[in-house]
Amino acid sequence: MVAFLKRYEGLWLFVHSPAAIIAAIVAVLIMIGAVFAPWIAQVNPYDLSSFSLFDGLLPPVWQEGANPQYLLGTDDQGRDMISSILYGARLSLIIGLAALTIAAVLGVGLGLAAGYYGGRFDAIVMRIADVQLALPAILTALLIDGIARGILPASMQQDLRVAVLTLAIALSLWVNFARTARASTFVQMNKEYVQAAIMMGQRPSRVMFVHILPNILGPLLVIMTVDLASAILLEATLSFLGIGLPADSPSLGTLIRIGMQFLLSGEWWILWIPTLFLVALVVSINILGDFLRDVFNPRLR
Amino acid sequence: MLVIKDLAVKFPSRFGEFTAIEDVDMTIKPGEIHGLVGESGAGKSTVGAAVIGLLSAPGYIANGELSLGDTNLRNLTPDQAHEIRGDRISMIFQDPQTSLNPLMTIEDQLIETIQAHSNVSDSAARKRAVDLLEEIGIKNAAERIKAYPHQFSGGMRQRVVIALAICTDPELIIADEPTTALDVAVQSQVLDLIRRLARDRQIAFMLITHDIGVIAQIADRVTVMRKGKVMETGDTPQVLGAPTHPYTQALMDAVPPLDHRIARFRVPEEEGTAGVVTGNTAEKWLLEGQQYALTGLTLQDLCVRFAGPRTSLFRKPEPYVALRDVNLDVRPGSIMGLVGESGSGKSTLAKAITGLITPSSGVMRLGDEILPAGKARSRHHPSRQLVQMVFQDPYSSLNSRHRIGAILTEPLWFYGFVQDAKERERLAAAMLELVGMAPDAIDKYPHQFSGGQRQRIAVARALLARPRFLICDEPTSALDVSIQAEILNLLKDLQSMFGLTILFISHNLAVVRQMADDTAVLRNGVIEEMGATEDLFARPKADYTQTLLSLTPVMPREWQSAG
Repeated sequence: MVAFLKRYEGLWLFVHSPAAIIAAIVAVLIMIGAVFAPWIAQVNPYDLSSFSLFDGLLPPVWQEGANPQYLLGTDDQGRDMISSILYGARLSLIIGLAALTIAAVLGVGLGLAAGYYGGRFDAIVMRIADVQLALPAILTALLIDGIARGILPASMQQDLRVAVLTLAIALSLWVNFARTARASTFVQMNKEYVQAAIMMGQRPSRVMFVHILPNILGPLLVIMTVDLASAILLEATLSFLGIGLPADSPSLGTLIRIGMQFLLSGEWWILWIPTLFLVALVVSINILGDFLRDVFNPRLR
Repeated sequence: MLVIKDLAVKFPSRFGEFTAIEDVDMTIKPGEIHGLVGESGAGKSTVGAAVIGLLSAPGYIANGELSLGDTNLRNLTPDQAHEIRGDRISMIFQDPQTSLNPLMTIEDQLIETIQAHSNVSDSAARKRAVDLLEEIGIKNAAERIKAYPHQFSGGMRQRVVIALAICTDPELIIADEPTTALDVAVQSQVLDLIRRLARDRQIAFMLITHDIGVIAQIADRVTVMRKGKVMETGDTPQVLGAPTHPYTQALMDAVPPLDHRIARFRVPEEEGTAGVVTGNTAEKWLLEGQQYALTGLTLQDLCVRFAGPRTSLFRKPEPYVALRDVNLDVRPGSIMGLVGESGSGKSTLAKAITGLITPSSGVMRLGDEILPAGKARSRHHPSRQLVQMVFQDPYSSLNSRHRIGAILTEPLWFYGFVQDAKERERLAAAMLELVGMAPDAIDKYPHQFSGGQRQRIAVARALLARPRFLICDEPTSALDVSIQAEILNLLKDLQSMFGLTILFISHNLAVVRQMADDTAVLRNGVIEEMGATEDLFARPKADYTQTLLSLTPVMPREWQSAG
């Protein structure tokens, strides 16, 4: 009954929170658009033959000189903005989710173990985390990029750009997970059900993953949503600065970088439309994260 | 004089209105200590909160009269209510750790309160504060007043809280479980202080507590509440000595007496907890598992030291001795009671036996075999199965994310007793029946059960490991007294049925007297006295035991039911 009410409670809070509903609608729409981009988009921005330079720099439909075929206009190459954004969001989300998964697995694993074993292991892991926090994500990305360039043959570098970027983002996000998992594990370690499991002689891995992990999932889920937004933003930042993805496979960040060149020449839509799209995505994910935190933490309500 | 008539408090929620208390009548005269007793959820604290005007958010007074002297407490503006709080009505909270501001000296807190209610100079307020502290029995008050709350012990801190409550000469003080967080010795001092204040200053006290012993000791009149309603009210000797309401009678039956032993508690048969044990399958299974004979436990010169606080970067921290040369002999098939106040090392002892902490020296023997200590005990050591534990807090001893079925079948699977998953579930259900629960509980989650039911589940889990030696660490101190009686009955039944050896740890002397064959008294990590329970309670030898026994609040013998 209480379990049902709890679930019901989350739903009730959701229905009564307009911000959460709007955010959820926006996020879901964007995600559907991104997932089905190849079917929705009228042009494939990666396929040079599918667009033509003659359609370049067309404004959105509500401005003079627009072509109704391109609702939000085109860029200098003649690529349809909607298609570029959908494909860009697809890439951004793929990188964001992959980085998030790596960060969560690494961070939660290390944090759980640090909280469980304590002592020296805990100290070492947490000092590494401190060092990681002191390095800005851009520096980490540059470092990994540099190492990849040094080790990998030139032919592979281009193919591995996505992997390098993902790894860089994951490395700058795992600390959050590790710290939260460790702190929550410390709390759970004092609970008697954990002591009972240890007393029985259960394997440490079983105690950690079967007993403790389900009990610390709440705060971790909140971090996951908030960090998904961070990951997408990080990717955009790195791509904007040119460390991330190249112009021929544009993510949202790359689109914004390209758009910058047209800011002062009157073709505002090339910059503003992808930017607003990115803002909408990140803000809605953040609102959902805040909402989740409220659901999991009744004291903040 | 406080008069409460037909008081009802309701809490609106989106599932409709919840009535917390209704039809509560009560009169407290000046100088009277009025006990308000009941189990958790009875609405005792709500009565107090309604009187002082501090009902938590959506709650409101739906009906009734509430007046102090000739002031109607229901018609006050927020400002007037604020004036009265502290000035005419004060409150003493349960936990002195949190009811004082840790960043302010006692002096500042007292002066602040005094000046908030009367227009006096700093020096006059300081003088009054010092006088007050002396009155409530803090020696050297002029110096001690400069101290911060953490520099006082728990009992002293509660005195300071009382000083804060009386510094404005209130007519009424609401004391919400004022001694629950304190050890018996300190508790009796605080109760004496309350009685003295009521007599000398003619302050009316509303004493909210779940401890009937405390009520018996100091309350003039008592009101018994249950589920938001008054069951019985009257003079203490009459209500406790000759209860007329069946609920009060049941409550009195459940209180463990300190001065004699009763075979079983009389428990009203309710909530499907049949008195007769029916879990036949489980019983047979447990009995056939007795390949080991009765198993005792001996501890020889057991010492546990913890690293103390580090005082210098270059010196080793001074060790803190939690247990010193503890010798304990738990006879096979008997119940050994271990009594001690908080911080005496009771739980440390349990953890050393179960291998959660490593003793620094000493030998532990389970039966004839030496029990490896702490980390030296492998995960597959037989003692991991033979020694099981029932923990204090049933809210944290069951994993709240696991089904009861998963919790109960874990030992069966882990120790390899039963290979078939269906058979494990069947046995777990039978075990639930054995401990007096409905077998369909296996599909539910821990939070769907009350504290007493959870403790039954915890006992079932321990039994499913087929233990020979059971450690019960304060198994009933988180429970209401009637639930405590049920759990104690259950433990007695199971012990005699399966010949378990039990180490029963408790701070409650009366409970130990009911349960234990032998008793050991622990103080600051040292065993003060050990012997057969009857002897030890009738003729305590150590001074400490005598003090403990004399300070524990008891009911006069003639009030106790025959048992």
